[in-house]
Amino acid sequence: MSLLDTTREVMRRDQVWPFLQDDTATVDISHQVLLYVEGLNLSFDGFKALNDLNLYINDGELRCLIGANGAGKTTLMDVITGKTQCDSGTVYFGQSLNLLEKDEAEIAQLGIGRKFQKPTVFEAHTVMDNLELSLKSNKSVIPTLLATLTGEEYDQMDQVLETIGLKGERMMLAGSLSHGQKQWLEIGMLLMANPRLLLVDEPVAGMTVQEGERTAELLTSLAGERTVVVVEHDMEFVRSIARTVTVLHQGSVLAEGSMDEIQNNPDVIEVYLGEAP
Amino acid sequence: MSTLLQNVFGNAKGFARLNGESKVAPFVVLLLVVTVLASACNLLLPQDSIFYVSTYTITLLGKYLCYAMLALAVDVIWGFCGILSLGHGAFFALGGYAMGMYLMRQIGDRGVYGNPELPDFMVFLSWNELPWFWQGMDQFWLAMLMVLLVPGLLAYVFGWLAFRSRVTGVYLSIMTQALTYALLLSFFRNEMGFGGNNGLTDFKDILGFDLQSDNTRVTLFIITALMLSGLLVLSKKIMQTRFGKVVVAIRDGESRARFIGYRTENYKVWLFVYSAMIAGIAGALYVPQVGIINPGEFSPINSIEIVIWVAVGGRGTLVGAVIGAILVNYAKTKFTAIMPDGWLFALGAMFVLVTLYLPKGLMGLWSQFKGEQAVAPTPVNPPNETSASHNPEEGRA
Ligand SMILES: Nc1ncnc2c1ncn2[C@@H]1O[C@H](COP(=O)(O)OP(=O)(O)OP(=O)(O)O)[C@@H](O)[C@H]1O
Ligand SMILES: [Mg+2]
Repeated sequence: MSLLDTTREVMRRDQVWPFLQDDTATVDISHQVLLYVEGLNLSFDGFKALNDLNLYINDGELRCLIGANGAGKTTLMDVITGKTQCDSGTVYFGQSLNLLEKDEAEIAQLGIGRKFQKPTVFEAHTVMDNLELSLKSNKSVIPTLLATLTGEEYDQMDQVLETIGLKGERMMLAGSLSHGQKQWLEIGMLLMANPRLLLVDEPVAGMTVQEGERTAELLTSLAGERTVVVVEHDMEFVRSIARTVTVLHQGSVLAEGSMDEIQNNPDVIEVYLGEAP
Repeated sequence: MSTLLQNVFGNAKGFARLNGESKVAPFVVLLLVVTVLASACNLLLPQDSIFYVSTYTITLLGKYLCYAMLALAVDVIWGFCGILSLGHGAFFALGGYAMGMYLMRQIGDRGVYGNPELPDFMVFLSWNELPWFWQGMDQFWLAMLMVLLVPGLLAYVFGWLAFRSRVTGVYLSIMTQALTYALLLSFFRNEMGFGGNNGLTDFKDILGFDLQSDNTRVTLFIITALMLSGLLVLSKKIMQTRFGKVVVAIRDGESRARFIGYRTENYKVWLFVYSAMIAGIAGALYVPQVGIINPGEFSPINSIEIVIWVAVGGRGTLVGAVIGAILVNYAKTKFTAIMPDGWLFALGAMFVLVTLYLPKGLMGLWSQFKGEQAVAPTPVNPPNETSASHNPEEGRA
């Protein structure tokens, strides 16, 4: 590119210089797309975990991600949330926020919440404390040192406890909850943060059928106001909540569409559903 | 061996719960009552009374309390944040040197060489003027500021470098050992200007009070006890704030804490600074009571000993660390009188036994004895589930 072109590019009037952009600005969803994932590549010692992966999530959508073990679902979430650096590709939150430039804490503060595949709650803390820590608040050191719970925050906590059905366990240590309850608590922690985008990795693993149904209800009710991406192996569960399903295979998108379309897609039948009809 | 390592490096089951087990208030009351009684028995009773407490004992108690404060510093960082520092002796020694410098300047022209400006060792090295870092150290306030600032600053720089590059576990512990070892070597050098391997000693008085008098000794002892009580209460308060909860959250699941938006490295750095400052204060109170500070205080073994005191008392309990330090040092005093060479072996054995069989230390034993189990339920689910769930990285390795 010639110097003139470079100068023109830099001086373009329809763009603000990146360093002048207010990064903490609210997410720009003027094109109805909340999350752009484009051309993502990532290899672990030569093994391609993500292979030119493209994914667009609309604002307010409830999206299911399915795929065989090792398809790269968790790795994708790792890249979006800043846990893992990708080799190439772009991840944008709204139009303007480049997630690849940010670390985990920043991404979380932008309003991206994540539930891990294995429930991870703070075991030495009570249920209440777990929720308190997850509150949307100023998370720098001094404000946290001086923070006290306001009445509103208590109310919010009560509401979340109600939703996740742990009202009676609020003073219990998180470590002493059952596996399913931990899953719920982790979902509750997500809710406390009031996130824009929820990435939920296998929420019903280890839950009873009834618990799974309640989880499905909850996630469905969240969509609309928030955007939810769910990874799940349990096809029953996926069928019960999914509007759009994306199938990952060997690190890239194999198919995308409604549950019926997916089930009738020959590629999908061959590599995924075919294994377990 | 793997249980041992797991217990030492951040297995949540080994740590005591945050609330409930750490009974700071009753302990502080007990500590202050004992302090007042011991002081009164020294100052008010005649020497031949059976209740008379010798000045030697007072000084010994004061020394134990300094060690207890040091253990408190390590517990704050290890017990609550899971950072196993094997270099806290360095912060203790730095605080001690800052106080030692002030005490040296207090000697004035009463030294062997009678130089009103220069401490004896500088005259001996035929230096003509005070090095820049000795300037102003005859001012008590400046020296006290240095007691806090020097360890604090070192901890800040070290923590900033280490925690930002996400060094954890064994690697961090080794780095802290290297830190204190490097300081040991440099303080041995005469050119450093801290008295080489003799260190700083032959102190005469502090703020004009004779360091040998009973009154001064008792006062120092009382100040140490008050300081320890204050820091215990403060640390407990800090751990009860949301900051403290974040610190424990980092211990049990650092990456989870990041994913809910906390910059964990900043929390670790500031906690490390706080802890280093406590160690510095402990060192500053230690030096006038024992009358000497030398590079030996930087020795890596010292820092390892502190960790053992905390492990014996019970990590993450504050009070446990203090009790552990006092008991182990009392045992050391008794043991070394009988069998000086055996102490390190006894210490090592104690550490292995405690981490394997008593992961919550004496405090854990105490709460078991009192049947605390009935009040707060312990995990009911199968062990493989609990161990899998507090560390998100584990599953991915
Ligand atoms: N840190 C890592 N180092 C090396 N390989 C990794 C790492 N993380 C993931 N992988 C590999 O990348 C592939 C994708 O893993 P990922 O966890 O994303 O799969 P997944 O789709 O979530 O599968 P599952 O349904 O089992 O959770 C796997 O083959 C895994 O072994
Ligand atoms: Mg996965």
